[in-house]
Amino acid sequence: MGYDCVVCAKQVPDTKRITGEAMTEEGTVNRAALPAIFNPEDLNALEQALSIRDAHGGTVTLITMGLPAASEILREGLYRGVDRAILITDQRAAASDTLATSYILSCAIRKLSYDIVLCGRQAIDGDTAQVGPQLAEKLSLPVITYMEELISLEGKTIRVRRNIGNGYQVVEADLPVLLTVTEAANTPRPPMVKKIMKYKKARSKSEVEQEVKNLLQGDFENYAAELEAQQVEQICSELKEKGLLIEQWNLDDIDADLNWCGRDGSPTKVHRIESVVLTGSEYKEIPPTEEGINQLVAELIEDHTIG
Amino acid sequence: MIEVNPQGEVWVFAEQEGGKLSDVPLELLGKGRSLAEKLSVPLAAVLAGKDVRPLADTLIAHGADKVYLVEDDRLEHYQARSYSRVLCNLIEQYKPQIVMYGATPLGRDLAPTVASAMKCGLTADCTDLQIGDHVEPITKHLYKNLLFQIRPAFGGNIIATIVNYDRWPQMATVREGVMPMPAPDENRTGEIIECKADLDGLVLPLKILETHRRERKVNLKAARIIVAGGAGVGSKENFKLIWDLAECLGAAVGGSRAAVDLGYVDADHQVGQTGTTVRPALYIACGISGAVQHRAGMAESAKIIAINIDRDAPIFSIAHYGIVGDLNDVIPKMIKAIRTRAGVKK
Ligand SMILES: Cc1cc2nc3c(=O)[nH]c(=O)nc-3n(C[C@H](O)[C@H](O)[C@H](O)COP(=O)(O)OP(=O)(O)OC[C@H]3O[C@@H](n4cnc5c(N)ncnc54)[C@H](O)[C@@H]3O)c2cc1C
Ligand SMILES: Cc1cc2nc3c(=O)[nH]c(=O)nc-3n(C[C@H](O)[C@H](O)[C@H](O)COP(=O)(O)OP(=O)(O)OC[C@H]3O[C@@H](n4cnc5c(N)ncnc54)[C@H](O)[C@@H]3O)c2cc1C
Repeated sequence: MGYDCVVCAKQVPDTKRITGEAMTEEGTVNRAALPAIFNPEDLNALEQALSIRDAHGGTVTLITMGLPAASEILREGLYRGVDRAILITDQRAAASDTLATSYILSCAIRKLSYDIVLCGRQAIDGDTAQVGPQLAEKLSLPVITYMEELISLEGKTIRVRRNIGNGYQVVEADLPVLLTVTEAANTPRPPMVKKIMKYKKARSKSEVEQEVKNLLQGDFENYAAELEAQQVEQICSELKEKGLLIEQWNLDDIDADLNWCGRDGSPTKVHRIESVVLTGSEYKEIPPTEEGINQLVAELIEDHTIG
Repeated sequence: MIEVNPQGEVWVFAEQEGGKLSDVPLELLGKGRSLAEKLSVPLAAVLAGKDVRPLADTLIAHGADKVYLVEDDRLEHYQARSYSRVLCNLIEQYKPQIVMYGATPLGRDLAPTVASAMKCGLTADCTDLQIGDHVEPITKHLYKNLLFQIRPAFGGNIIATIVNYDRWPQMATVREGVMPMPAPDENRTGEIIECKADLDGLVLPLKILETHRRERKVNLKAARIIVAGGAGVGSKENFKLIWDLAECLGAAVGGSRAAVDLGYVDADHQVGQTGTTVRPALYIACGISGAVQHRAGMAESAKIIAINIDRDAPIFSIAHYGIVGDLNDVIPKMIKAIRTRAGVKK
């Protein structure tokens, strides 16, 4: 027996760290000050998949769509024991909205074997929580959103407690299903030291390309392209031999229809983006003295804010 | 998706559970009214469920010109698959230009499913919706009278205005409490259009075994004054200070997520991105640092008083009145001032 789980994870800027310090003097966010992290609730999705494997056997495959740098979260998955990690990276996927993102992920997942697809409830940067339900629709899977607890998994039947805002619901469905997992579901396990030692050198091809490019920069202008390609091939085949080459797919590998990918595949377009500037209109500082507070209260009574 | 259809109606999905409407569709009808008037098209609500006809009058009183009513036993309990089928069929038949949903757990399950099936866009958690013109930066083509879908993103640190000019309908979700609810007008009249649900052959994939709903103990949204406490209050016992101040003001008690997580106050009281969004006449933040996720839920308050020992706490940057001091000292002074009306000129 055993279950094949596919976990979708996104690399995101750490928006939680936005405190007074990460704000610029103009009151806008200093993005450079924010590290890129494994989207928090995707770690809960991963933990859920790993604990299903612990209990029942099967496999866990971690996929992410993003820039080459997103390979970092795949390594974090390898440190926690995933069986397979796949980077989907392609410039033609840039500027995908949630519809295009879910389409691309669905094409990738069709290439894999799965009983349970797990997403985080929501990514902390785009903040939409739309990708999970859209992915389920594209794969014609039943979707269970806002999962708080896996109650049981027996044979082909899964039973789950889900949050419904002002309470909860217990639902049951037959596999295959898609779950969106909340932070309440579990506590993600830490990375394993042994696996870190093993996989810290794991790289995806696009990362190798960038590393080689940086290394060769300037020196051999004329030969650069050819040399680069050779070097990359060599390093990749060495990595592969050691089981350290992170799989990488582009849109052709997953047979994606380009009309539904990237900017062209995205019906939502950004009209304007503004940084939030904190403005306290007519700010008044009140001294913490009896007199100051009496005066404040009087002002509020006089303008009928308080009765 | 449907073709661009400037004559299309403006729609609101009328979320209900067990024959009771949520607040958010009524709030959306208020916004929908002004959008529909700007576009000179009718405003309609889509009401689906079992025995829900009595709710149609409430929708009309709150601004709907029409109610598309879909009643079927199989719609008694919400499921993404059945409800999305109903909505997609109606959208294909009537071609509305705008469809709005509440950003409730139900709406955030349904709307993306509909968007994926219709292959149209969806903007999440809008805080404002307007009608405006968009010039495509590459083609320079001018698109008139689009729905501007205005939403915070990036943890509330940027505000994005999103448009959808080619694959309609234009769809958006809006959080509860963000749009003011219009006062009902019982004399308004409207048309109820009965529609048949085409659910034949549909297998409902989820077995709903149990549903537990708590009545909310507090109604923060309706409160005119809110006194909120954060981690700075220090203990559950000390949170009594917050209750005392609220009591003498006739106010509701709110809390930051840290206060909830620390067990100072119940989760129903949480204000912010993952709690309730409030816009009271007065918000008093005590020992709350003012993280973006908290501000997202209260920055629209008409007046904000912040009490915090840290002069640099971000809460002061949106406050109208700031008291830099220890809440254990400031709150008792405030209670006394309110009780005695000490400063008021006779
Ligand atoms: C300011 C701004 C506003 C935006 N607003 C909208 C909008 O309103 N509507 C819209 O359609 N798009 C919007 N987008 C685009 C959207 O952020 C991207 O499409 C993004 O790739 C996915 O959306 P999300 O971050 O909201 O993810 P969510 O839908 O919140 O993610 C849910 C889960 O899906 C999975 N997932 C999401 N992305 C990936 C990925 N790349 N790889 C693997 N798994 C993934 C993860 O498990 C994640 O937890 C916006 C982008 C920005 C920058
Ligand atoms: C995805 C996400 C969603 C979130 N949603 C929400 C949400 O809905 N609502 C929410 O509130 N938070 C939310 N948060 C958490 C948010 O980021 C902050 O962690 C939280 O708001 C902090 O609460 P606080 O201000 O009470 O605590 P702290 O940040 O610890 O601040 C305590 C403050 O008390 C002050 N203080 C200490 N002692 C005293 C004293 N004696 N007198 C006066 N002042 C004192 C300190 O100076 C400090 O400013 C969310 C976070 C994430 C990542």
